[in-house]
Amino acid sequence: MANITDLSLSQIKKELDGNKLSGKEVVLAFKQAYEADQAHKTPLNGYIEFFDDAEKLAEASDARRKNNEARGLEGLPLAIKDNILIQGKIATCGSSILKDFRAPYSSTVVERLKNQGIIPVGRTNMDEFGMGSSCEYSIYGPTRNPMDRNKTPGGSSGGSASVVAGKQAPAALGTETGGSVRLPAAFCGIYGLKPSYGTLSRYGVVAYGSSLDQIGILSRDPDDMALLLEHGVGTDPHDETSAALDFSGVYPLKPKNPKGLKIALPEEFMGEGIDEVIKNKVTAFASWFEKQGATVESIKLPILKSTVAIYYIIAPAEASSNLTRYDGIRYGFRDEKASSLEDLYIKSRSQGFGDEVKRRIFIGNYVLSSGYYDAYYKKAMQVRSILKQEIAKVYENYDLILSPTSPCLPFNLGAKLDDPLAMYLTDICTTFVNLAQIPSLSVPCGTSEEGLPIGIQLIGKQFSEINLLSIAKTWHQEEGLKQ
Amino acid sequence: MKYDVIIGCEVHVQLLTNTKAFCSCENRFGGKPNSRICPVCSGLPGALPVTNQSIIEYAIRAGLAIHCRIPEITKFDRKNYIYPDLPKGYQISQFDMPICEHGYLDVTTSQGTKRIRILRAHLEEDAGKNTHSEDGSGLSFVDLNRCGTPLLEIVSEPDIRSPEEAVAYVQGLKEIMEFTGVSDCNMEEGSLRCDANINLWIYEDDRKYATPIVELKNMNSFKSIRSALDYEVIRQKEEWEEKHITLDQKGKLTRGWHDKSGTTVLQRHKEEAAEYRYFPEPDLRPIKIPKELIESIGRNLPELPEQKRKRYRETLGLSVENAEKLTSSPELASYFEKAIDGYGGDVKKIANWILTEVMAVVNDKKINIKDFAIEATKVQALIKLLDNDVISGKIAKTVFTEMVEKGGDPDQIVKNSGLVQVTDQGEIENVIDQVLKDNPKSVEDYKAGKAQAQGFLMGQVMKLSKGKANPKMASQLLKQKLDAL
Ligand SMILES: [Zn+2]
Repeated sequence: MANITDLSLSQIKKELDGNKLSGKEVVLAFKQAYEADQAHKTPLNGYIEFFDDAEKLAEASDARRKNNEARGLEGLPLAIKDNILIQGKIATCGSSILKDFRAPYSSTVVERLKNQGIIPVGRTNMDEFGMGSSCEYSIYGPTRNPMDRNKTPGGSSGGSASVVAGKQAPAALGTETGGSVRLPAAFCGIYGLKPSYGTLSRYGVVAYGSSLDQIGILSRDPDDMALLLEHGVGTDPHDETSAALDFSGVYPLKPKNPKGLKIALPEEFMGEGIDEVIKNKVTAFASWFEKQGATVESIKLPILKSTVAIYYIIAPAEASSNLTRYDGIRYGFRDEKASSLEDLYIKSRSQGFGDEVKRRIFIGNYVLSSGYYDAYYKKAMQVRSILKQEIAKVYENYDLILSPTSPCLPFNLGAKLDDPLAMYLTDICTTFVNLAQIPSLSVPCGTSEEGLPIGIQLIGKQFSEINLLSIAKTWHQEEGLKQ
Repeated sequence: MKYDVIIGCEVHVQLLTNTKAFCSCENRFGGKPNSRICPVCSGLPGALPVTNQSIIEYAIRAGLAIHCRIPEITKFDRKNYIYPDLPKGYQISQFDMPICEHGYLDVTTSQGTKRIRILRAHLEEDAGKNTHSEDGSGLSFVDLNRCGTPLLEIVSEPDIRSPEEAVAYVQGLKEIMEFTGVSDCNMEEGSLRCDANINLWIYEDDRKYATPIVELKNMNSFKSIRSALDYEVIRQKEEWEEKHITLDQKGKLTRGWHDKSGTTVLQRHKEEAAEYRYFPEPDLRPIKIPKELIESIGRNLPELPEQKRKRYRETLGLSVENAEKLTSSPELASYFEKAIDGYGGDVKKIANWILTEVMAVVNDKKINIKDFAIEATKVQALIKLLDNDVISGKIAKTVFTEMVEKGGDPDQIVKNSGLVQVTDQGEIENVIDQVLKDNPKSVEDYKAGKAQAQGFLMGQVMKLSKGKANPKMASQLLKQKLDAL
């Protein structure tokens, strides 16, 4: 048998269910991998904390299994981004302002997965409050890309991508607002799923952009995603925007042959600003589809050019409101030297938030303020609804949209740290998916010559994530496993 | 100086739903600070609101009662501001698509009846409460128990033309909210709060000048609404005479009413604080309101106080005054209606009994009529005993006192204590004969034409019979006997 840490989540499930491995052995293997990496001269720094109680939970899980009480996800380890609440655990969102915040309740998704036997093994590093594309804007320092430690793993769920690609966890939960799962997945050479808005409950996920936020999954096998989705979806009485989905029986995925599929390839993401190497990979991926009997057509969708702009209005607007609660009054960081209420707000928030978060709060307050609301926020919302209509029109004629996940290869740590605009532009291919609230799967499609991973997105209509995964499974079995 | 007073009112009423607006915490006043909170209403990271369907229904009920239009779609918005009692840093409110629009309320004052238009009524959540220690420690405390309590903010058009009218308007709203069961409108507990916008239109040199609009806050009783507005009319008049400042020059100001000093005090310039950066609440879905729901709430709308008063006067034949009194609270009206239910006699008797005897006890005990121990049906039973000449009015009071003190059924009390009225002619005559024999002086007086002597003798008859003689019979027989002497 291969190393435990090389196994995917579904392979581990098989081993556990067949009593070939114990839950404790599995957790220990990942813990040792994490500890070994800590000794590295440049550790990946994917985990903020590897949970001390993971071993104990694994032992309890093994006991359950012995008593024939094993549940759907019994004993499976999962890494969790530091903005998804787990009762009793610290959740900082990579921010000073929540440095000591211990969650008094669990997010719905974690609760559901735990009830099925998942063992949360640790919380992963992230750009502060999800705001960033390189996993560098964190009080815990930058996370590194396991494929090349000088490169960024992408953000904001860089910690989750790094621990999965770095074999410190078989799978991880991340969150997306504008590409924060798919970009790191692409940079680290793994799968990254952004489900449709509403597929997974947002309750207990620290809000960034409420109309865009969604929990995502990072793993090395599409089947792992189906497994987690099967137990994670369903209407949540705590989240009005959650959808009434029933995914029972989707695991294991039935591979879907792409034969007969009609695939759209937007020109806007195949032109200027996109790295040639990436374009070539997209073309190669498109040829694979054609070989399978699918048709791929170039389409024009000019509105896609506006999506980063409207994203950087809507997301900061919602963020500016969502982040007002971090005021030093009830929880989180407070400057005790403050001399008045206003001083307390100013000092606590000035010290508690990093620069990128402050930047977005400023942008958000600006675009919502009277006099600017119509020109920015309102207009952005209008463009957003046109975008939704145009996307719907595309799906009248096509089954899938294909596009690069990132316009560029993983870049050096620090390269864009002081250039917010360049950083924002890494999101050009991803944000429209969040704005349109549709699902997208970033598929690892090989590497550049220097060995840097490249990801390509399969984008479907709302709530078609299982379809995306089933198609990806075919590719994974025929091509992905060869890489 | 010729001028008009221009007043518009913003009235907040807390809705009497079982749970808070967006979480499942119990919706109840008071409690140990921060004991009635959850992740949602205390604004913890990651928590999400979920609309409590009842707040929609309560708002529709209130809206229909004040003749508002209920739109097909409504939505919530965030009103952003930072304050320690606002744990999310925004209040979930409604900005451009309120749940109720364009209604009215007819109010009656000494000047007659007038229609006050209502611009809108919208749902929002209440904030918590800040308190500041007075022990010199400089500590402040935040109690979030009230956070998330559902509020309906009812905004009138600036149609009100006097402080008296303003009070009548708020009283009218209060009555309707109480009768529809939407709110208990307890001003002391803050479940009805009123802010008023007031300014003057001054007519000088054939021109109209508007003085700066003042938003008056902190009026916690009808008395303070009246006093604050009265004060403000005079203050604005004096300020105009002194400085001639107009609305265009100064805009809108906020002043707070101080009960102790009886004055209003400047709080802040309105425009400085007016940046709420409203935007649609992304955590909540817009709400489609089915026509059927509006219709069914409309059908089940209880009788409103004005309709009730009319019915009491016109169908039941009560006096204007009694109709008014019996509808002063939904509980009293309901008590009265239960008391007359199935009663075949003159309901005025029951009305009088409730307004005098029952209310005397209720007021004395300082309780709400709904907590009064004697059921309304027992009051009816008591009045029936009177109607059927089983007891006299005087005995009825004795029986009622016993009902209040010891409880029990009027029929039973009358039977057990032998209080049954004497209607046997012979028995009454025996008593009269005895009285006449014992009071020869009064008999002489009567014969000498002093009519009041008969009253005295009648009193003696009742006394001797321990109040049990049927007064009508006793009075007749006494007269016959006196005249026959
Ligand atoms: Zn609550």
